[in-house]
Amino acid sequence: MKRIDYQIISNLIEEGSRVLDLGCGSGELLSQLTEEKKVVGEGVEIDDEKIQECFKKGLVVHHGNIDEGLPDYPGNSFDYVILSQTLQVTHNPLLVVNEMLRVGKQAIVSFPNFGHYAMRLQLMVYGRMPVTKAFPYQWYDTPNIRHTTIKDFKAFCEQNDFQIQEITYLKDFGSKISPLLINWRARLAIAVLIKGDTAGMRVKR
Amino acid sequence: MKDSVGIVETQYLEIKKPFKLESGKSLDELTIAYETYGQLNQDKTNAVLILHALSGDAHAAGKYHPSDKKTGWWDNMIGPGKAFDTSKHFVICSNVLGGCKGTTGPSSINPKTSKPYGFSFPVITIKDMVRAQNKLVEHLKIKKLLSVAGGSMGGMEAIQWIVTYPKKVKSAVIVGASLSQSAQNIAFHEVGRQAILSDPNWQNGDYYDSGRRPFWGLSAARMIGHITYLSEQSMQQKFGRLLRNGAGYTYDFSTEFEVQNYLKYQGKSFVERFDANSYLYITKAIDYFNLDYDKAAEAFSKSEADILTIAFSSDWLYPPKQVKEVVKAARQGLKKASYYEVKSDFGHDAFLIEAKKQKPVISGFLNNQLKK
Repeated sequence: MKRIDYQIISNLIEEGSRVLDLGCGSGELLSQLTEEKKVVGEGVEIDDEKIQECFKKGLVVHHGNIDEGLPDYPGNSFDYVILSQTLQVTHNPLLVVNEMLRVGKQAIVSFPNFGHYAMRLQLMVYGRMPVTKAFPYQWYDTPNIRHTTIKDFKAFCEQNDFQIQEITYLKDFGSKISPLLINWRARLAIAVLIKGDTAGMRVKR
Repeated sequence: MKDSVGIVETQYLEIKKPFKLESGKSLDELTIAYETYGQLNQDKTNAVLILHALSGDAHAAGKYHPSDKKTGWWDNMIGPGKAFDTSKHFVICSNVLGGCKGTTGPSSINPKTSKPYGFSFPVITIKDMVRAQNKLVEHLKIKKLLSVAGGSMGGMEAIQWIVTYPKKVKSAVIVGASLSQSAQNIAFHEVGRQAILSDPNWQNGDYYDSGRRPFWGLSAARMIGHITYLSEQSMQQKFGRLLRNGAGYTYDFSTEFEVQNYLKYQGKSFVERFDANSYLYITKAIDYFNLDYDKAAEAFSKSEADILTIAFSSDWLYPPKQVKEVVKAARQGLKKASYYEVKSDFGHDAFLIEAKKQKPVISGFLNNQLKK
């Protein structure tokens, strides 16, 4: 079964475009985009076993750590740079998003919403750090170090002059939902960003 | 021995025409020693040219005789089911121009004088080596190579192939190599060359008929080379401060430490199989190799080749940073270019040792090339 979030990302992408997928794992999304949208796709992945899977699939990939930026990619070389459910594990999200918009015209960022009601309730009622389907880890072993809510993400974009062109919210991993009380109800958000006028200035300084 | 190419034979291509060099000089004739493994398909679309490093030769895989102790230098990578899969690919490897294993080099007979060239051999470049390899490819009637692949100097040759013959290579596998030889690497080479040049037995390079050879110079050159091929971790792990006799210091200058013994052995076994003049000429060719980033990017953009680059985490001769420059230049030229970093303690030598880790990456890449 195809993942709904992948399907939404796929729908955002124009046919035949150049796509870079950061944290591409074993290359499922890239393979899907190559098949459905005939993209010229590339990926970046840090995990040795996963990237070997990409090579087996014949994908074009870079073995590296996106937290170090994308120094091995020239600017403006992609139409889209995708960060699919990876934002929360980056050490330096600001650098990563800035780099996405240096290398690509548009950035597509999907991330789990830490403001979902199930999270809030667990913390409020039990006084324990939430463990859910989207966040299945304990506080001491989670790779998710950058917990963000939808409101946080929007503020982050505004502060750093990333313009949100489009944003889609998902309830569970199943269906799209309306924007009502979204920061309580959405499990996942998928945002399309472009560079504002001053984006990138902050890191340079 | 299901995964071996089996018993192989070196073949020789003799070209009785002048071969012009980048320096403007030329050779009156040219011999190229080469080996092939696997079958060339009917359309001649499955040929992979393997490019050897400084001390390599045409004997990349298999054995000459069943009783041979040693196999070819990349036998762990070339064979049925291996990274360069001879059940699918027709693999070619030739000794480089300037070498001493069958291809014309300083130890070959100069047809003009009927004596070995010695130091009268013209200085050669990586481009000259590649142009000589192209003569072989033409002889084999192959219009387009599926891939050119090599490590170290072989990686530089692969890059040069893309630059010189942009439409003739479908892909390139560039392992542990850079766009340009670094100052530090030139410096290490220079120490090696000075050791040879200052050996009294070198005799201005005209030592072949004298009964004396610059063994000490060449072995010292090999020793320094070997240090650069290993890594701090691997040396520490392998030798540490181990003493040969184990009993304690002898308070003299004999070969006490295991690491000394190892280097001495490497030096000694090298002089038995390699020519000092070839060492001078080939290191010089590597040192001349210099592609400016923008020029490289432009060259890549003109080629049709997909690129795979591989680096090794502990390689300090051609460190990951330098390999990444190659992949970046290829991307600048909008090429499909991949980069893979092998986690290894073996230093630069890892390209010869870490076959298992390179295999899925290279075979995935090449299978995809074959399908296209």
